[in-house]
Amino acid sequence: MIDEMLDDPAIRIVVCCGSGGVGKTTTSAALALRAAERGRRVVVLTIDPARRLAQALGLDELSNEPASAAGSLDAMMLDMRRTFDEMVQAHSTPERAAKIIANPFYQTVSSSFSGTQEYMAMEKLGQLHARGEWDLIVVDTPPSRSALDFLDAPQRMSRFLDGRMIRLLSAPARAGGKGLRKVVGAGFGLFTKAVSTIVGGQLLTDASAFVAAFDTMFGGFRERATTTYELLRSDGTAFLVVAAPEPDALREAAYFVDRLGSEGMPLAGLVLNRTHPVLAPLSAARARTAAENAGSSRLASAVLRLHADRVDLADREERLLARFTGAHPSVPVVRVPAVAGDIADLDGLRTVGERLAVQDPPASSAGSVRSLR
Amino acid sequence: MVSGKGGTGKTTVAAALALALASNGRRTLLVEVEGRQGIAQVFDTAPLPYEERRIAVAPGGGEVRALAVDAEAALLEYFEMFYKLGMAGRTLKRMGAVEFATTLAPGLRDVLLTGKVKECVARTENGRPVYDAVVLDAPPTGRLVTFLDVTKAMAELARTGPIHSQAEGVVALLHSPRTAVHLVTLLEDLPVTETLDAIRELRAANLPVGSVIVNRVREQWLPDRSVASAASGRVDAGRIRTGLVAAGLDLTDEVLDGLVAETVEHAVRVAAETAAGERLAARADVPRVELPQLLAGVDLGGLYELAELITRD
Repeated sequence: MIDEMLDDPAIRIVVCCGSGGVGKTTTSAALALRAAERGRRVVVLTIDPARRLAQALGLDELSNEPASAAGSLDAMMLDMRRTFDEMVQAHSTPERAAKIIANPFYQTVSSSFSGTQEYMAMEKLGQLHARGEWDLIVVDTPPSRSALDFLDAPQRMSRFLDGRMIRLLSAPARAGGKGLRKVVGAGFGLFTKAVSTIVGGQLLTDASAFVAAFDTMFGGFRERATTTYELLRSDGTAFLVVAAPEPDALREAAYFVDRLGSEGMPLAGLVLNRTHPVLAPLSAARARTAAENAGSSRLASAVLRLHADRVDLADREERLLARFTGAHPSVPVVRVPAVAGDIADLDGLRTVGERLAVQDPPASSAGSVRSLR
Repeated sequence: MVSGKGGTGKTTVAAALALALASNGRRTLLVEVEGRQGIAQVFDTAPLPYEERRIAVAPGGGEVRALAVDAEAALLEYFEMFYKLGMAGRTLKRMGAVEFATTLAPGLRDVLLTGKVKECVARTENGRPVYDAVVLDAPPTGRLVTFLDVTKAMAELARTGPIHSQAEGVVALLHSPRTAVHLVTLLEDLPVTETLDAIRELRAANLPVGSVIVNRVREQWLPDRSVASAASGRVDAGRIRTGLVAAGLDLTDEVLDGLVAETVEHAVRVAAETAAGERLAARADVPRVELPQLLAGVDLGGLYELAELITRD
């Protein structure tokens, strides 16, 4: 499944999503490297790679631009503040852009609005795609509070930046229309007062100055967010939901699969990362009994006990996965056995890539043997 | 406060800690603030409302209550209390105005959440605190210090008003010995690095670091002296075979090969965990608590088991 996807010239974008700590960044990098080594021109957009992985990919956090990583693989790391600045500059006159960028409210929004990172990742994806320099773009998604944030962030951001609320708060008499004020009634004046007591008048003043300067570019922003959203829904995109064999991660993965389905986004499958398949067909009970009797050979007894633990762990992982597949029987699943030790270089990424590409045994084979050679 | 890198099991540890602190007739409150409904999942119950309710009985009597704090609901609570918004408050919520206000000043959301926690800590009944301890399942280490650094968030807010005075109380509580921030980690490179970074950042912000809780520690079966050679692929298959035969197991070469491969992987992991553990010990001068990996997963029974281990340590 993975190689078919990576080799398919019609697939131009692969998005790796899932909850935090499941190995999305490593999976994205491994997929990108594998696709590049199978002959495609690839760029991987990473969000916050671990230092050593970043070094392995030759990533320079200061550039916010793709640079050559290995062969036909380019890599880049998202700088959300810079992406935002560049977007403002591209849609505005230099004077106006300078004014916006200097606004304290803009600085807050572009660096700490929850969702800015997600929005900017999508913006950068749109830019890379528009350049047309790569056959395939592999996208890592931010470690959001919820895996769904990156789908919602552009819309939330749009709603936030369209300024209706800011206008209402800063000058309720002039904006919003009578209809709205009629609905809210007298409470709105109180609300405005309450909000400005809490956030302070200065912030609201900055916010309205920002909105005034931002107004003319807003249509362009929304248009771009819509274009990227449509790009994600197109046949040229494949979503991979990444999960670890843990209840939370698989639960998030299930939500995500449902959400992608309801948004009409093309799901390629679930990557179950860091599994521990059993490599020798010997039951845990039998191994533990034998370990009791192997008292004189410490090594043999240790081998039997570590095997028994592994069987238990693999059983648990399969049980957790079975819960997912029970609810989502049509979603293809790729199990990626854990690589012992850290992934800190291209060879490590190649190993992960190979494991991603190995075809899985049928889902019913809980505790079955899978040879790695 | 319990934090940790994503995927380290901080919600489970927070739940076990709340159980441990509630044992022998005490009462604790377990709080979550990220809208994930993680507590309900750990205790296998229906999603929690914005309301304190009993979720478990502690060993030796005592109870754990749980609360999922919602920033918007907390803000409306304030408005209700100080401005008597009534129906208009709910209309504004429907319009997204409350979400707007909490995103206008990103620090406001955090101040509201920690403010609610502080209110629970300070609440009394018949002159006694309602809760013996409040355990917060805090945001992950990447967002932790921003979340707790209420002083900084306050700079964005109005200099006076009800939320400002509440925030001052939060600052006083968070920076006092009544607070401890515990960090959950795994013995892996990235979580250990994030834990060390978090300790440094917490101290720089004058926030009290409690202990490091090493979660999912796995059994290390190999004799120490065999680990290094096995990790580099040198396993004496002949000796294993002899030992297995003596134990009554006559296995095929293929099965033996599988066992050897598992042994090498086990040794590589043990070596990596040992190195991570040593790095943690060398650079983190805080108490360390270890919790074992429960091979069957953490169900309700497992949670009590972890609580008992925390109590013992």
